[in-house]
Amino acid sequence: MSELTQEAAATLPETEAMEVLSQWQLIRRRFVRHRLAVASFYFLIVMYLLAVFAEFFAVYRPHWRDLDYAFCPPQRLQFDFAHGLHTYALRRHIDPITFRKTYIEDRETAVPLRLFARGEPYKLWAVLPCEHHFLGVDLAAWAAANGTEAAPARFFLLGADRYGQDVFSRIVYGARISLSVGVVGIVITFILGASIGGVSGYLGGGVDNLIQRSIEILNSFPRLPLWLALAAVMPGDWSPLRVYFAITIVLSLLGWTRLARVVRGKILALREEDYAVAARLLGAGHGRIIFRHLLPGFTSHIIVALTMSVPGMILGETSLSFLGLGLRPPIVSWGVMLQDCMNMTAVANYPWLLLPVVFIVVTVLGFNFLGDGLRDAADPYGSR
Amino acid sequence: MARNAEREFVLEIDDLKTYFDSEEGVLRAVDGVTFAVKRGRILAIVGESGCGKSVTAYSVLRLIQKPGRIAGGSIRLHPRQGPTIDITALDDKAEALYAVRGGLISMIFQEPMTALSPVHTVGNQICEAILLHQDVSEREAEEAAIAMLGKVGIPGPETRLNQYPFELSGGMRQRVVIAMALVCHPELLIADEPTTALDVTIQAQILGLIKDLQRDLGTSVLLITHDLGVVAQTAEDVAVMYLGRIVEQAAVRPLMKQPRHPYTRALLESLPSLSERHARLESIEGSVPALTAIPPGCPFHPRCRFAVAGRCDAGGPPALREVAPGRQVACVRAEELP
Amino acid sequence: MTQQPQPLLDVRGLSKFFPIYSKGFFQRAVGNVKAVDRVSLRLFPGETLALVGESGSGKTTAARTILRALEPTAGQVLFRANGHTVDLAALRERQLKPLRTRMQMIFQDPFSSLNPRMTVGDIVGEPLVIHGLARGSALRDRVADMLERVGLKAHHAMRYPHAFSGGQRQRVGVARALILRPSLVIADEAVSALDVSVQAQVINLLEDLQQEFHVAYLFVAHDLSVVKHIADRVAVMYAGRIVELADTDALFDDPLHPYTRALMSAVPYPDPDVKMRFQAPGEVADPAALPPGCSFHPRCSQCFDRCSQEPPELREHAPGRFVACHLQDGDGSP
Repeated sequence: MSELTQEAAATLPETEAMEVLSQWQLIRRRFVRHRLAVASFYFLIVMYLLAVFAEFFAVYRPHWRDLDYAFCPPQRLQFDFAHGLHTYALRRHIDPITFRKTYIEDRETAVPLRLFARGEPYKLWAVLPCEHHFLGVDLAAWAAANGTEAAPARFFLLGADRYGQDVFSRIVYGARISLSVGVVGIVITFILGASIGGVSGYLGGGVDNLIQRSIEILNSFPRLPLWLALAAVMPGDWSPLRVYFAITIVLSLLGWTRLARVVRGKILALREEDYAVAARLLGAGHGRIIFRHLLPGFTSHIIVALTMSVPGMILGETSLSFLGLGLRPPIVSWGVMLQDCMNMTAVANYPWLLLPVVFIVVTVLGFNFLGDGLRDAADPYGSR
Repeated sequence: MARNAEREFVLEIDDLKTYFDSEEGVLRAVDGVTFAVKRGRILAIVGESGCGKSVTAYSVLRLIQKPGRIAGGSIRLHPRQGPTIDITALDDKAEALYAVRGGLISMIFQEPMTALSPVHTVGNQICEAILLHQDVSEREAEEAAIAMLGKVGIPGPETRLNQYPFELSGGMRQRVVIAMALVCHPELLIADEPTTALDVTIQAQILGLIKDLQRDLGTSVLLITHDLGVVAQTAEDVAVMYLGRIVEQAAVRPLMKQPRHPYTRALLESLPSLSERHARLESIEGSVPALTAIPPGCPFHPRCRFAVAGRCDAGGPPALREVAPGRQVACVRAEELP
Repeated sequence: MTQQPQPLLDVRGLSKFFPIYSKGFFQRAVGNVKAVDRVSLRLFPGETLALVGESGSGKTTAARTILRALEPTAGQVLFRANGHTVDLAALRERQLKPLRTRMQMIFQDPFSSLNPRMTVGDIVGEPLVIHGLARGSALRDRVADMLERVGLKAHHAMRYPHAFSGGQRQRVGVARALILRPSLVIADEAVSALDVSVQAQVINLLEDLQQEFHVAYLFVAHDLSVVKHIADRVAVMYAGRIVELADTDALFDDPLHPYTRALMSAVPYPDPDVKMRFQAPGEVADPAALPPGCSFHPRCSQCFDRCSQEPPELREHAPGRFVACHLQDGDGSP
C-alpha cells in the first residue's frame, strides 16, 4: 500500500528556491519521532558526561574510605529554607546483644550541602587541578556550625560499602571504565568487522567462502568459557591499565563477527545494484566504488550494529569482572563493585550495594532503545 | 428503474473517494469516481502510474488500509441471485464482506509469484478458495480444482495439484492465480495489471484465456491496465483516469477511434506503434503533478494544448457528463474540440 | 541505411555461460546456463540497432557482456575507438578504463540506477571526475549544460534522485551516459519502466541526442512498437541466440523466422479493429534446459524433423537479412 502513496506523492512542484533534504537529514527527521530513542540518546549523553567528568561529579575519590561508616545506608537529600540543601548526619549504633551495626538519623544535626562545593583537591583527567565538586558537603558551613574540631561530616548519597567507600562516587568512577570499554570495544570491532567483512563481500568467491567459514568456526565457540579462558591466561601481575585493554580486546575479538556479516551481506547486495554497475562501467576504481557508492549505503546499518553491540560489551565486562576474571580492584568498574554482592547477607541487609545493577540495566536499555530508533530511522530509506 | 440498473450492471460505483493521510497533507488518490461495470462485459480502467486506478480496484474489495481510507461514495454489487450488497456500508469484520471477497468478487494481481503462497501447493491454495466459499467436501473441492486447472490450460492438472509455485513458470503461475480467482464462479473478476509482468507471448496467451473464460463463465471483468494495446484487444468498455478522476468513458471502439478528452487523445498520439517511423513522437508536455499539488480547475489543464484561460483553470474539476449516447467526457470544451 | 565499411562494434561469436553447480559441500559444475550462445552482430556509427527478445533471451546479458560488465566465456568484441580496433573481450581491466569514455550504458530501472545518496550534479559529473577531465567550476558548467540538454534545469544539480519522477531520473541517467560524448551507448530497456507519455519524451530525447552527438545505440528492448519507431536495424533473440537480423522495415514487413512472426502477432495493437492472431503456444525456452536442435521448435507451428535434431545457423538469406531457421535454408518444405 505504501507504493500507492509513494507513487502518488512522487513529483515535487517545480520551484527553484526549494530545499531538498539529504539522506542524513531525512534519517534524523525520522529518528526524532521516536521519543523513546531520543530520550535514551539524551540519557546516554548524561551518562557519558558523568563518566568523562567523573572527578567533578563524584563526591569523594574512589578509594577514599571512612571505616566508621561501613555499610552506611543512603542518606536522603532534604531541603528547607532554614538549612538550605542538607542531609541528616548518621550516628552508628551497635546493638548490644547481636552486635549488629545500624545507623540512626540524627535529626538534630544537619549536614549542609551545596552545589559546586569545595572539596578535596583533585586533578581532572589527571591533568587539570580543581577543587570543586558538583555536589558535596559545605565544609565552611559545617565548621561554622560545629567548630573545626567536630567530627567530619559525611555525605553518602547512595550509601557506603563494607569499607566505608561512597557507593555513588564509585559508581560514577565505575561508569568511566564500564562505559569506555564499550566505546573502545566498538572501535576495534568496527575496524576488524568492516575490513574483513568488506573484503569478504567485495571479492566474493573463494576468499569469501574462506572468511565466512572461519567466522562460523569462531562463532561456534561457547562465548563465556572462551572469555574466561582468555581472561584466565592473563598474568596476574599486569598493571590495571593493561588488564583493561586486554579485556576490551578479548571482548571485541568475538564481537566483530556480527558486524563483519552485516557488512558482507550489504556489500554483496549493493554491489549488484544498477548504480554500482554503472560506476564500474564508468571506469571507477575499486576504492571509489567501495567508499563512494557502496559504503554510504550501509553506514547507517553499521552505526546501528555498533550501537547494538555496546550492551554486549558492557555486560561482558560486568560478567567477567563480577566473576573475578576481568578487571580487578583497585580498578573501579560496575562489575567489580558487584563482587561485593556475592553473598546473600550483603544483598539482604545492604541492598544499596546492588545499585550498580540499576545503572547497568538502564544503560543497556538505553543503548538498545537508541539502536532500535536508529535502525527504524535508517532502514525505510532503502525503498523508493 | 433501479431494478433495470440491477439487471444491467453488476457493479455500480458512485462518487467514490479514497484518501490517504500523509504528512504532506491529504492525498486524494481517488476523488469522486463514478462508473458501472455491465454484467458479462469487460470494463478496462486505463491510466498512467499515480492516476488512482489500482486504488479504485482495492477500494472495491475494501482492501485499503491505514493511512488510506474510503472517504465517501458508494460501491454496490448486484449479484445474479440475492439482494444488492452495499460494500461501503459493510463493517470491516462483517461476514458479508468475507463472502464478497473471493466468492462474489475475486481479484488477480500483477505479480503471480507474490500472489501465491510459496509454502503451500497449488492444489492446496485452490481448494482453500473453494472450501472457504462453498459447502463441499475436500474430495469435491479437489475435483473442482482439477477441472479448473484444465480449463485454464494447464497440462496434466492432476500432477500439478501437488506442485509448488516455484516449480511453475511465470505464465503458469498466472494461470493458477486465474484458476483460483474463477473457481468459485464470482460475479466480478478484478484484474490488476495481470499481464504487465509477463513476456509478450505469454501475455497474449493470458489475455486470450481471460477473454475465453469470461465468455464461458459469463463473469464480468474489471481490468486495470496502463497498456492501451491490451485495452484495445481485450476490453469492451473503457474508462480513462487521470489524477484520481475519470476523464472519459465510452465503449472501446469509439473511445480509441475518436477520443474526445484531450488527455485520451494525447495518450493515443504518444504511442509509438501508431506513429510514423522516425517521426517525432507526440508527448504530453510536463509531467504528472503530485497529488499534493493538484492544479485548480481541470487537473489536466497545465498540460493540455486546448486549455483556455478562464474556463479551464478556474472553478472545480469538470464533471463527467454525457456528450453523446454512451460517451461521457469530463471536459468543458468537449463539444468544441475538433 | 548505407553501411560504411568500418563497423563501430563488431561482435563475433560472443558467448556467456553460467555454470550450474551440483548440490552438496563440494560443488562441481554439472552444466551450463547458455545465456548468450555465439551471438554475432555489427553496429555502425550513428545508427540504432535494436536487440529484441523476451525474458531468458539473453539480450541484457549480451549487452552487459559486450561492455565487460560481465566476463565473456568466448568470442570477440571488436570495438573501434580513436582510429584503432581493439577486442574488448581480451583486454585487462586497466586497459579498459580509457575506453570507457567511448562506451556507456543507460539502465532500465530509474530508481536503482542512480545512487540515492549522491546529488544529481554529482551523478552526472562523476564520469568527468573519474577520468580527470574537468574540475571545479568547469565541471559545474559542463554538468549544468548537460542537464539542460536533457530537459532538466541547472539548479536540479543540487537535488537528490528521490525528488524526481521516473521519467526525470531516466533523463539523469541519459545525461550521465552521454556527458563524455561516447560513440556507443547501450540502452538496456531504457524506456521499459516508464509510462507511455513519459516514454515518448525520453525516446524523443534519445533521438535528438543521437543526431547531435552522432552516437550509435544498441537498444535492448522487448517492446516491438518502440523498436519499430526508433531502430534502423533489428536483431531478434531467443534463448541466447540471434534468430533473425534485418533492417527494421524489412523485418516488420516480412518477418522470416517463425518466432519473429509469433512475437509480432503477440503484441496487442492499440486498434480494436485489428484483432491479434497469436500463434505460439507453450512456455518461453529456459536457457538452463534447452530443447535439442532449434530452441524454438517445440512451439513452432512449422517445425519438421530436422528442427529437433540440428540447431540452425544464422545465415545471410538476402543482403542484410540474416535468419537462423531451417525453413529458409532451402532444404525441407518452405
